[in-house]
Amino acid sequence: MPTFVYMTRCDGCGHCVDICPSDIMHIDPTLRRAYNIEPNMCWECYSCVKACPMDAIDVRGYADFAPLGHSVRVKRDEEKGVIAWRIKSRNGETDLNLLAPITTKPWGTAIPKLKDEAGPTQEARDSQLLFNEPKYIRMDDGDIHTLESAGLSMKSGVYY
Amino acid sequence: MAYKTIIEDNIDILVAGAGLGGTGAAFEARYWGQDKKIVIAEKANIDRSGAVAQGLYAINCYMGTRFGENNPEDHVRYARIDLMGMVREDLLFDMARHVDSAVHLFEEWGMPIMRNPETGTYLREGRWQIMIHGESYKPLVAEAAKKSADKVFNRICVTHLLMDDSKENRVAGAVGFNVRTGNYHVFKAKTVIVGAGGASNIFRPRSVGEGAGRVWYAPWSSGSAYGLMIQAGAKMTQMENRIVLARFKDGYGPVGAYFLHLKTYTQNAYGDEYESKWFPELQKIVGKEYLDPEASHLTHRPIPTCLRNHALICEVNAGRGPIHMVTMEAFQDPHLEEIGWHNFLGMTVGQAVLWAATDVNPKHENPELTTSEPYVMGSHATGSGAWCSGPEDVSPPEYFWGYNRMTTVEGLFGAGDAVGGTPHAFSSGSFTEGRLAAKAACKYIDDGKAEGISVSQEQIDRRKAEIYKPLEHYKVFRNEIVAGDVNPNYINPRQGLDRLQKLMDEYGGGATVNYVTNDKLLHIGLKKLKTMEEDLEKIGAKDIHELLRAWELKHRFLTSESVLQHTLFRKETRWPGYYYRGDAMKLDDENWHVLTVSRRDPETGEYTMEKAPLYHLVSEAEEAA
Repeated sequence: MPTFVYMTRCDGCGHCVDICPSDIMHIDPTLRRAYNIEPNMCWECYSCVKACPMDAIDVRGYADFAPLGHSVRVKRDEEKGVIAWRIKSRNGETDLNLLAPITTKPWGTAIPKLKDEAGPTQEARDSQLLFNEPKYIRMDDGDIHTLESAGLSMKSGVYY
Repeated sequence: MAYKTIIEDNIDILVAGAGLGGTGAAFEARYWGQDKKIVIAEKANIDRSGAVAQGLYAINCYMGTRFGENNPEDHVRYARIDLMGMVREDLLFDMARHVDSAVHLFEEWGMPIMRNPETGTYLREGRWQIMIHGESYKPLVAEAAKKSADKVFNRICVTHLLMDDSKENRVAGAVGFNVRTGNYHVFKAKTVIVGAGGASNIFRPRSVGEGAGRVWYAPWSSGSAYGLMIQAGAKMTQMENRIVLARFKDGYGPVGAYFLHLKTYTQNAYGDEYESKWFPELQKIVGKEYLDPEASHLTHRPIPTCLRNHALICEVNAGRGPIHMVTMEAFQDPHLEEIGWHNFLGMTVGQAVLWAATDVNPKHENPELTTSEPYVMGSHATGSGAWCSGPEDVSPPEYFWGYNRMTTVEGLFGAGDAVGGTPHAFSSGSFTEGRLAAKAACKYIDDGKAEGISVSQEQIDRRKAEIYKPLEHYKVFRNEIVAGDVNPNYINPRQGLDRLQKLMDEYGGGATVNYVTNDKLLHIGLKKLKTMEEDLEKIGAKDIHELLRAWELKHRFLTSESVLQHTLFRKETRWPGYYYRGDAMKLDDENWHVLTVSRRDPETGEYTMEKAPLYHLVSEAEEAA
């Protein structure tokens, strides 16, 4: 659904401009606030809604098929590692609060810096293995799957 | 012109486009190239770019070898039958044997993957799919890529690859412009890994007006993977293999979890099962090898996605639409109801908004399904993309030329949508392909293959002039008219996109013509595209944002031309339900059990088409039989 920005809440900080994957959240030069310049290139991905520190951005369903009077709001909290949604239908019968985790670890702490890891051996370079393999790519403790280990060959023609 | 030229030199590995494929490439490249210079150029912001920008609720490609679930060859056989035989089994086997390690890395990094409380294994949605809380999937893999890369250039629209001026058919980097500052960026690199996206919005969407943004694949997937590589003269494969999706109407919300996990099913408007009754006639088109409902029932061999689409399309055309997803049974269970909503919020929020707007309560009514407009891409249930080398220990000679995932242009690699013949990679498989390409690119450099690259100032200046031409053109002719967008000297990017979509729809087998085309229609379509190519030289952009749209359109255009050329070449109906060749309404294994390969001459724009042999993995038991 195309996004729109509430005039009284937006302070023109530009977080939405910075994050929008479609490059459609821009700052209006006169009003110094953000708005959606191209609603028909909006995927309703909610990236800007999640990024807005003022809760100034909301979504109104596409005019060509969505009637007015609904709401899907979101609050994403990286520190708590959760995202909270509230869905309200047009007739009010559906009113759901849904919560989901977004990470199991403090943000960005568990990703290795590969520059500082022990580098690969020449043997590893000459093999088919990737970083951290063969961990988790086998049913047993063996090496990577090959055609030979799987008892397979590649043949040209129609085989089913 | 006031825009600065910013040159980034001495790059070893340039990642052009950092979605799942590109982030995988940047991350892994650091391990095999600890002293190498790794640079990312991304059109948007790496934290929320690519097809996974809004998240995913499932990882659709996970073998579970660790848990004794599937072996790589099982997945190859599945993808093979789903794509009616037309896949690169060497690339698929290679992706499948590595993909689990990527998924386990994601979990170690903090991705919440659901577990089966009884077995401790990952919670399965289907045989290949596992369920995740993946709202932050993209920020997570972006974090990994950022830790590995020397530099990340956000908001750079890469328009062209640079070519080596000292050796023919060797890549030398890429150029583009910053969509904020407008500055011209030159990246001189020894290797380039294209992680850019497939193409939405080349066929006219069913939605009109605002809803045109609610395409199934992201509207920012501008076919740049293909546009960049086709311009450089790389060979492409299976570009005719567009995909049509059966999805919730208008919102195009995902159906995978509904079918597989929530056990919902489809019926026609009158409450009847409709699929099976279309299969006998369909079997006459495709043959028993490809459609054998009895055997599928016994062995759990899937019925190819396109054939199930075919049944839906036929039923609607027979006047018994719309087709409904029967949710009223499953949604009585509050736990399953919650999963149904979470599934949308995790990856297609718009569908939840639409249901809220239209008061759809799936507990009390069965929502409508429809078939989408076609899309061209290489990581979902279709395999368009570049013709790439496979790994040396798997690939037959026709599929191998030295470096895994390298295209037919030296030093140019692909991942994700960019690589042809590897459907069913999805997010995890695309990331894996990026890793494979990165290791191979490091080896290519270490083997000394990238020595002595030179890029002339002439090439850099020529591309610069080309990139900014739409701005210049607009400036020159704008004041000839009073106001508005109607000008006899130029069209704007939106007008160009509308023309492309209408043309592709009507001549290339889009939704409004029931996905049917033929040789005559395709010839007309190609002729009209040639004229459009002239108009694209006269496209006008009033600002930098429109310049971005202008270059996206040019990439979509190159993709479209390739799609029509391939569709014309393959004279058969291989994927009923994706598209039909009205002049060749049968699957023809005698002549077309091959992969289609094309090359567009970068100088002349002429296409040459060829058939490449199709190899299958054959087991010892099958061989003995």
